[in-house]
Amino acid sequence: MEALKEQVEEKKKVIATLRNQPWRMKRRLVVLKEAQEFVERFEGALGKGRGRKLYAFKVMMAKKLIKFKRDFENFKTACIPWERKIKDVESHFGSSVASYFIFLRWMYGLNLVLFGLMFGLVMLPEILMGLPYGSIPRKTVPREEQPTAMDYSVLFEFGGYCKYSFLFYGYYDHERTIGLLQFRLPLSYLLVGVGIFGYSLMVVIRTMARNANEGGDGAEEGDFTFSWKMFTSWDYLIGNPETADNKYASITTSFKESIVDEQENQKDENIHLRRFLRVLANFMIISCLGGSGYLIYFVVKRSQEFAKSENANLSWFEKNEVEFVMSLLGLVCPPLFETIAELEDYHPRIALKWQLGRIFALFLGNLYTFLFALFDEVNAKLESEKSIKNSTEWIYNQYHANYSSFFNTTDVPPPAVHPADVIRGPCWETNIIGLFEFVKLIVSDIQVTYLTILIGDFVRAVTVRFLNYCWCWDLEAGFPSYGEFDISGNVLGLIFNQGMIWMGAFYAPGLVGLNVLRLLTSMYYQCWAVMCCNVPHERVFKASRSNNFYMGLLLLVLFLSLLPVVYTIMTLSPSFDCGPFSGQEKMYDVVMETIEQDLPAFIGNIFTYATNPGLIMPAVLLMVLALYYLNALSKGYQQANLDLKRKMQMARDEEKNRRNNKDSTNQVMKDLEDLLPNKSLAPPPIEEEPPPGTHTHTPAYSSTAHAISQFTPDYPQCLLFALHLSFQML
Amino acid sequence: MGNKQTIFTDEQLDAYQDCTFFTRKEILRLHGRYHELAPHLVPMDYTKDPDCKLPLALIVNMPELKENPFRNRIVESFSEDGMGNLSFNEFVDMFSVLSEMAPRELKAIYAFKIYDFNVDNYLCKEDLEKTLNKLTKEELTPEEVELVCQKAIEEADLDGDNKLSFADFENMITRAPDFLSTFHIRI
Repeated sequence: MEALKEQVEEKKKVIATLRNQPWRMKRRLVVLKEAQEFVERFEGALGKGRGRKLYAFKVMMAKKLIKFKRDFENFKTACIPWERKIKDVESHFGSSVASYFIFLRWMYGLNLVLFGLMFGLVMLPEILMGLPYGSIPRKTVPREEQPTAMDYSVLFEFGGYCKYSFLFYGYYDHERTIGLLQFRLPLSYLLVGVGIFGYSLMVVIRTMARNANEGGDGAEEGDFTFSWKMFTSWDYLIGNPETADNKYASITTSFKESIVDEQENQKDENIHLRRFLRVLANFMIISCLGGSGYLIYFVVKRSQEFAKSENANLSWFEKNEVEFVMSLLGLVCPPLFETIAELEDYHPRIALKWQLGRIFALFLGNLYTFLFALFDEVNAKLESEKSIKNSTEWIYNQYHANYSSFFNTTDVPPPAVHPADVIRGPCWETNIIGLFEFVKLIVSDIQVTYLTILIGDFVRAVTVRFLNYCWCWDLEAGFPSYGEFDISGNVLGLIFNQGMIWMGAFYAPGLVGLNVLRLLTSMYYQCWAVMCCNVPHERVFKASRSNNFYMGLLLLVLFLSLLPVVYTIMTLSPSFDCGPFSGQEKMYDVVMETIEQDLPAFIGNIFTYATNPGLIMPAVLLMVLALYYLNALSKGYQQANLDLKRKMQMARDEEKNRRNNKDSTNQVMKDLEDLLPNKSLAPPPIEEEPPPGTHTHTPAYSSTAHAISQFTPDYPQCLLFALHLSFQML
Repeated sequence: MGNKQTIFTDEQLDAYQDCTFFTRKEILRLHGRYHELAPHLVPMDYTKDPDCKLPLALIVNMPELKENPFRNRIVESFSEDGMGNLSFNEFVDMFSVLSEMAPRELKAIYAFKIYDFNVDNYLCKEDLEKTLNKLTKEELTPEEVELVCQKAIEEADLDGDNKLSFADFENMITRAPDFLSTFHIRI
């Protein structure tokens, strides 16, 4: 019975791994049919005896599960958009350019899920079940702003009716529960805000883990240069004759370069000059970065002063100075870094890595300087909020005193003031963070991405094409020519925009929806632009071994954009009159309140125990120890791997030398040979004693010799030994 | 799930889904592509498993394969008779192995078969020379070709017989970072 069960399991495994076998299709189909028949016939037989019904039930459920999974897979692949478009781009430009569009599509999917969460759990309940527009002060446009609230220019900057709509934090009411279903909006708002980060983190790490498996072993760069060039340089995705010609040319050039590298001796480099130039280049770049950080701080401070002065007299330039300066820096600095990097004289692949690192540092520095400047403003607004709160309370108390003294009652109805006339606090979440994020995102995006493509690629292509007829030199081959698609620039832009979305999503729920729209239009626009105005790359240098480089960058940006949000949730107190947390001391008080009031008592106790420092400290300590242990373990594995590699290399060399009848090149073997006794020097042999020389001269090497002799016999045997060792380790 | 199609029976489609990396929709699409290569030869009804093979010349003209320097070898390696005549089963098999979802080991096996021009289960120097000439459209001088092939054999040959066996090839190709992304055809 047991043997039968095992056989059935084996057949099932065969079916599952059928597609990975390198067989002809006919054979696979035949094997599949056999295995399926066997399983069906004997699965019924196995069910005899005890628990027959249960077994049959289990089998039926397993089959249904497989069918369901397969249908779901089919459904999922049917839902993937833009497959044709990406295939077109791939056949024209190869896999590296298409990887950008695949990344864009992945981002679109992520943002769609985030939008679904935000919309379904936060925006929809407020719209359907919350109080309508105009009923309470926070949902109404103030009286002074009402005349201009519908103006296009005001709406374009998301002021007016937009600011007081569900797109921003300030619109949401702080009632604990709303509507028939008693939906807890403030709690949901907080949890969705944090949940967005949690979900993004999970998805990014899952994708990284999947990519890491495909990464392949780390072989040294120089190990297989020619073999890899020969067998992996042709991109099978290419389907366009022009691209194919380009590819042939670039492969030929790359081979010629490698041949030259191989034949050339090391030039006598002037190490000191090179080091000095590199230090100089780094110094210049750091000073550039510092300069740009200071410039941003200065401009943000100036914009705060402008805001304090009269609005009407400012020119467009002065009003949008901050975004303008940031976009300008983003456009000018990368080419500047590239020219400075010419001093350094690195291999192109390494130079590209440095370039990407510097651009990353630039964006990061800009972003954080901007945030610090913003926080100053937030603190100023908090101060002014206190004074407005005091004055509002004073007015209310006055009213209360007047009323009760006039009518001689203590039951005072609330003042009948129209919502539009109520004095408003400065609502820093909407006004500073929400609006800034929105406007910054749109403006920077329109400027940088779309206009750059329009001018840098489209206009350039049109001029080259049509001016070529009447120009002195060949525009297409010579100076401007057609642009190449800048993969790394675009990917970095995408990553940083996503970082800004993550930062702003908590304070402007509508931002995620806007981003979905932006990614959608981006996809179509950039696909059109790349097919219409760009030419395939001449040299292809991938910055990374796998896609994990960009995923790692995305993870870093996720953490960095998480920090400000968590900081504001934990430390700053919310505005007193706008948003779902108004009236609380800190934003996370909502959670504490829910735990105390709505959940049963013992859960509250559990939380109090769990947040006890006495419990948290040991937990942290345990995690640190676990980290240390895993680190040591992985180091041990790496060392064992290196040892194995070395042994295999030695065996290979020995085998080769043996076949070619050359002397051993291994130093240890040479030494051993030298140490072998020289028979001519030995005294005439005495029968019993073994020659003293072998014992006294080779004690230290005897074990190594023994070990080595184990490896020289046969390459396959050595391989088996190595496999055996590695299995032991697993 | 909306199965109005009469090209395959449901069991056939399920069997194809078990044996390849394709989903139902993709298999039907592949049949469409196969059919449009030779509408008069390929029947629309595959429920009776018709025995129909398309010659090399037709398949090699597909837009996905047209620009590939190894297109003849690719089709030959997947054909049963070695001459490039593919039945629908072999057609599906070819695109399944070359698809994104196929694992590294499987692709390495077929890559070895493709680059083995004289079909002797070894990549000898002549195979490498032919590969190189196809890759560079014979732009390199004979000395350069000789040098590159020599270097490639030196790098990858583990057992010292001056040609690459499958073990040598696999050891070299599974470490290549670009292998999976370049050895991929999207259909």
